[in-house]
Amino acid sequence: MKIMVAIKRVVDYAVKIRVKSDKSGVETSNVKMSMNPFCEIGLEEALRIKESGLASEVIAVSMGPSQCVDTLRTGLAMGADRAIHVESSATLYPLSVAKLLKALVDVEKPGLLILGKQAIDDDCNQTGQMVAGLLNWPQGTFASKVVLDKEKEVATVEREVDGGLETLCLDIPAVITLMGEDVSLRFYTSLKQSTDLRLNQPRYATLPNIMKAKSKVIKKFTPQELNVDIKSDLEVVQVTEPPKRKAGVIVSSVDDLIDKLKNEAHVI
Amino acid sequence: MAAQALRRKTLANLSAHSSSLFSKSSFSLQRLISTLVLGEHEGGSIKVQSLSAVAAAKSLGEDNSISMLLAGSGPSVQEAARYAASCHPSISQVIVVDSDTFMYPLAEPWAKLVHLIQQKGGYSHIMATSSSFGKNILPRAAALLDVSPITDVIEISGPQLFVRPIYAGNALCTVRYTGAEPCMLTIRSTSFPVPLTSANSKSDVAPISQVDLSTFGEDKVCKSKYVNHTSQDSERPDLSNARIVVTGGRALKSAENFKMIEKLAEKLGAAVGATRAAVDAGFVPNELQVGQTGKIVAPELYMAFGVSGAIQHLAGMRDSKVIVAVNKDADAPIFQVADYGLVGDLFEVIPELLEKLPEKK
Repeated sequence: MKIMVAIKRVVDYAVKIRVKSDKSGVETSNVKMSMNPFCEIGLEEALRIKESGLASEVIAVSMGPSQCVDTLRTGLAMGADRAIHVESSATLYPLSVAKLLKALVDVEKPGLLILGKQAIDDDCNQTGQMVAGLLNWPQGTFASKVVLDKEKEVATVEREVDGGLETLCLDIPAVITLMGEDVSLRFYTSLKQSTDLRLNQPRYATLPNIMKAKSKVIKKFTPQELNVDIKSDLEVVQVTEPPKRKAGVIVSSVDDLIDKLKNEAHVI
Repeated sequence: MAAQALRRKTLANLSAHSSSLFSKSSFSLQRLISTLVLGEHEGGSIKVQSLSAVAAAKSLGEDNSISMLLAGSGPSVQEAARYAASCHPSISQVIVVDSDTFMYPLAEPWAKLVHLIQQKGGYSHIMATSSSFGKNILPRAAALLDVSPITDVIEISGPQLFVRPIYAGNALCTVRYTGAEPCMLTIRSTSFPVPLTSANSKSDVAPISQVDLSTFGEDKVCKSKYVNHTSQDSERPDLSNARIVVTGGRALKSAENFKMIEKLAEKLGAAVGATRAAVDAGFVPNELQVGQTGKIVAPELYMAFGVSGAIQHLAGMRDSKVIVAVNKDADAPIFQVADYGLVGDLFEVIPELLEKLPEKK
């Protein structure tokens, strides 16, 4: 069984973003770009499934401008077997990405399509659901645990929902979108016990793997070659900063705090 | 009055059909608006978040006929339908699907259902709350209808003009929908509060129509089976709409210590929240997580104990009216958003608060 993983190149999660003065968007030139953290978790999960013997091949795919190749090389260095880049300089909204993914799935026929739950730039949280609809495959979104049963051809997915954890059993082939741990926890690895990580800790690409990745194949497609019409039914009118909060004060004691909450803020 | 409304609805249907025939909406000025709201129900009543979607639908435009779609199985969905029919004056129709297929709100049959209802009803807009239900289902339905949805909307500036947060709320994006009907969106319930006043007792009860699923084609729906779910029954208010939220971070160090947060919440009549770090460390279950990938909350009072204030957490609570932060580290980023900050050890501050806070009324 093949696993296809969709990965997106986004502004690095640690970057403090700036809104352009002409309000046309967020400043992305000369800004550090990385693989979307949820996509990293998705790729890590796919690699673990392959290492457990349940899949034969992991294919990383990405859509966008030529720089996507950098992100795909990172994915190859992590251990993906090959990669596909759908090159397009147009703005790709989730519906277009979903259509492109469907076209790739039709070519590659994987048993699982894994995506991160959302991209940390647009925070849309739509693509996985949309491609599942287009493929008419079952979907397991916001998954924090995935268990594959190849014999029964099902994936049991534990999902994080508003009320707690929901477990679904999906027929394969299926689309799964993954949750992940707080990305800032990467820096506190000493505090984590590997046995109770919520989902996974993505591996860092080792130097030998980075070297090996250079010779792995990245196949290129254009949307036209995949017969996908990039539809544009959304238009960004402007991007602005959120309203700033009024500056707060430091209180000196619990008594002071209670007093302020009661008599100034009137919330207790 | 009713005849006029009916005529408007018929016109809306006709124009919606003609717009799909020509595959591009062709009226410039007054576009007739009709909205389908995907409703969530529980225990025979409608969840408050779904009423936020109704409030949001109202703001799309004045002449907007709002229909609520409910799906479930058995007496509870019928009871919810009766509740929906009279709980909000803006709901002009309730559409009910009563079938075992909808015993649990799975995305696959729901998306197919929305597709079916849209084909019958020709709505100009389809809306849901940005809850795990709405987020799971609406984009899939949008793909079936071949439209780009706009998710997590915090402001409606016009029938096709929406504002949504990006980059964990560090920027706001105004988006115009330029496609064919339906315009589909999910809204953040904290941005569309429902006024507490109960519906006028003399307001009309909306008609309830049952959907005939004989053409649904059960076998064509792909297989996804509900197994179980875990949840914490609590007497505490629901995190998503509590007036006060008390949140603990990883600095609490253990699930046992988190009980202090719970005690404080109890004293204040508050909901308990947590950071992703606290959830991942196993101190609390995931449904308490506040943040970019958890719940978005906007209470009157948000108290954060031992929370550093990472961007991802701020994304979930920055719209709170009053923010209080208690942290040993004076440089913690949380102090930049807090209205009142106390630099101190939470293990000393919380017991002192418990002692000195007035009893909740």
